[in-house]
This record gives sequence, structure tokens and C-alpha cells, in this order.
Amino acid sequence: MDRSEFMEGLRGGFPVMVSAAPFGALFGAVAVANGQTIAEATLMSATVFAGASQLVGIELFGHKVQPWLIVLSVLAVNFRHILYSAAIARFIRHFSPLEKFLTFYVLTDPQFAQTVQRGETGRKVTFAWYAGFAVIIYFPWLVMTALGGVSGRLIGDPKIIGLDVLLPIYFMALVMGFRRKPNFIPIVAVSAIASVLALQFVGSPWHVSIGAIAGIVLAALLPVDKQAAAAQSAEQEA
Amino acid sequence: MENLFNSDMVILILLCAVATFATRIGGYVLITRLKSIPPRLDAALNAVPAAVLTTLVAPAFFAGGIEVKVAMAVALVIGLRFSAMPMLAIGWLVVMGFRHILN
Repeated sequence: MDRSEFMEGLRGGFPVMVSAAPFGALFGAVAVANGQTIAEATLMSATVFAGASQLVGIELFGHKVQPWLIVLSVLAVNFRHILYSAAIARFIRHFSPLEKFLTFYVLTDPQFAQTVQRGETGRKVTFAWYAGFAVIIYFPWLVMTALGGVSGRLIGDPKIIGLDVLLPIYFMALVMGFRRKPNFIPIVAVSAIASVLALQFVGSPWHVSIGAIAGIVLAALLPVDKQAAAAQSAEQEA
Repeated sequence: MENLFNSDMVILILLCAVATFATRIGGYVLITRLKSIPPRLDAALNAVPAAVLTTLVAPAFFAGGIEVKVAMAVALVIGLRFSAMPMLAIGWLVVMGFRHILN
């Protein structure tokens, strides 16, 4: 394990940890309010480790929704990860089977975005860097879940302290990081419109998958820039 | 150890975990079975991050109150020049300003 790569991963993951921490506490508080024990909430954070789907799952549990529907909703919210693991495949081929297992276990939105950014700017995606980025998010996430559960009211109404606006702005920053990609504006516009319409007419959490698929299908249908594509594949072979 | 875990709840949590892990490894399993990536599939994969993350942003803007809309618009402008942290800090200040000073 390369120490400097690991440290770079820790540094890169730090701001993600800071912005995710309140949501870990929020999840813990909501989970306990909806009938989970602190131990169960922490177990869920440790095994599912996907904040949005955990919040959806515990909300549905609070509404006494049938268990199979809760699992299906978690699957729907997390469906985007299928696309993530496909997209990072080309950067992690050199990982061992155990490293790949751990890699996919902790594959979150920011972890994915940073991995792609690193791979595309020509830097090697090492397991040491990936692990550093993951552990500084993973363990505080568990601790914050437990703390949120213990206090129950540590967060109170997240709106009073302005927490609710942080996650969408953080995701917006990630989107803007990709603004030099081919067809960025039409893809984002179509995904935005499709997800808002789907939220209105189909409902949450399906708007995530529907909006994403609309943008991705558009990208596949738009004319492929042959020069850029050739340059990219040459880059990958080099 | 009683009252720490309820067995039905643990089973539900583990099913959610299995479902999540399946989505996290599924795309890799599918794509490594293809020998070369067709250009259109490559274009589609390139669009994944922006398309997916947009669906977490646009509905939040649409469903949010006026203070959320203003904060996100300001953060967007900040983001044209600066990184995530200034966007978060200033967006947060705008929301707090609306909620605690203007009201």
C-alpha cells in the first residue's frame, strides 16, 4: 500500500466526509424515531452505506410499508451504481479480486466522481488512493449515525440549520466538474427536465433512474465526435 | 445483548445491503463481458455521471422553496469560477440568511 497515495486519498475524501457527516447524523436520528435501535441504524450504515437510499428505506419503514417494497425502493434509489461500476471498470482492471470486492462495497457518488476524474486526467487509480478516500468517509459515517441515534434530536429540524441545501449543492458541484465533456449541456438539460417531470408524474425515487436514463440515451443517440473518440481510445491504449 | 437487534429488522437491513451491493458490482460484471466498447456505448458511459447527478440536483431546485432556489442559483454562478467548498459555504449562508434574517 503506497502511503503517499493513501494520504492523498484521505485528503481528497475529507471535504466529502465533512459534508456527509450531518446526513449520517440525520439518518441515525430518523432511524431511531422510526423504530430502529441505534445498533440497527449503525448496522444499516455499515452494510448499505448509501445515504439517500438509507433515508428512503427508513422513511418507508416508518410508514409501515411492506418489506419487499422497501428493498425494491432501495434498489431503485441505488440503481445508478450499476452505471458507476460499468464506468469505472476501465480504471480498476489492475485491482486484485479482493480489492475489487472492497472497491464496489464502498462505491458512493463522490467516490465514483473522483475516481473517474482521476482516471480521465491520466493519473493512475491506485487501490491505496481509493482506500484512503473511502475510509475517511466510511468510518465517520458510522460514528455519525450512532451519534445521531443517541441524541435523536442533535439535528432537530435539518432546515433550521440549513442542512437540506448542502447535498444538492454538493451534487451540483460534481455535475459542473464534468462540464467540458462532449454534449454536456444537452445531456444535463434532458436529465434535469426528465427527472423533474418524473418526480411530478411518477414519483420518488423513480425520477432518479428515469432522468438518468433519458440523459444517457440522448448521449448514445447524438452524433459521436470521431476525433475525440479516437483520441480517447488512443489514450486508453497508451 | 437483548434489545440491540431485532432479527426481522436485521434480515431487512441485510436484504437492502445485498440489493445495494448488487447495483454496485452489476455494471462491472456486465461490461467486462464485452471485448471492446462500441463508440455509442462509450458516449453513453461518458454521460453517466452528469446525467445521474443532475437528477439529484434539478428536482431539489424544483421542489425547494424560494430560499433554496436562490441559494442554488448563487452556488451555480460561484461554481463557474470556484470549487465545491465555496459553493457550499455561500449557498448555506444564503439559505440561513433567508430563513433567519429576512423572516
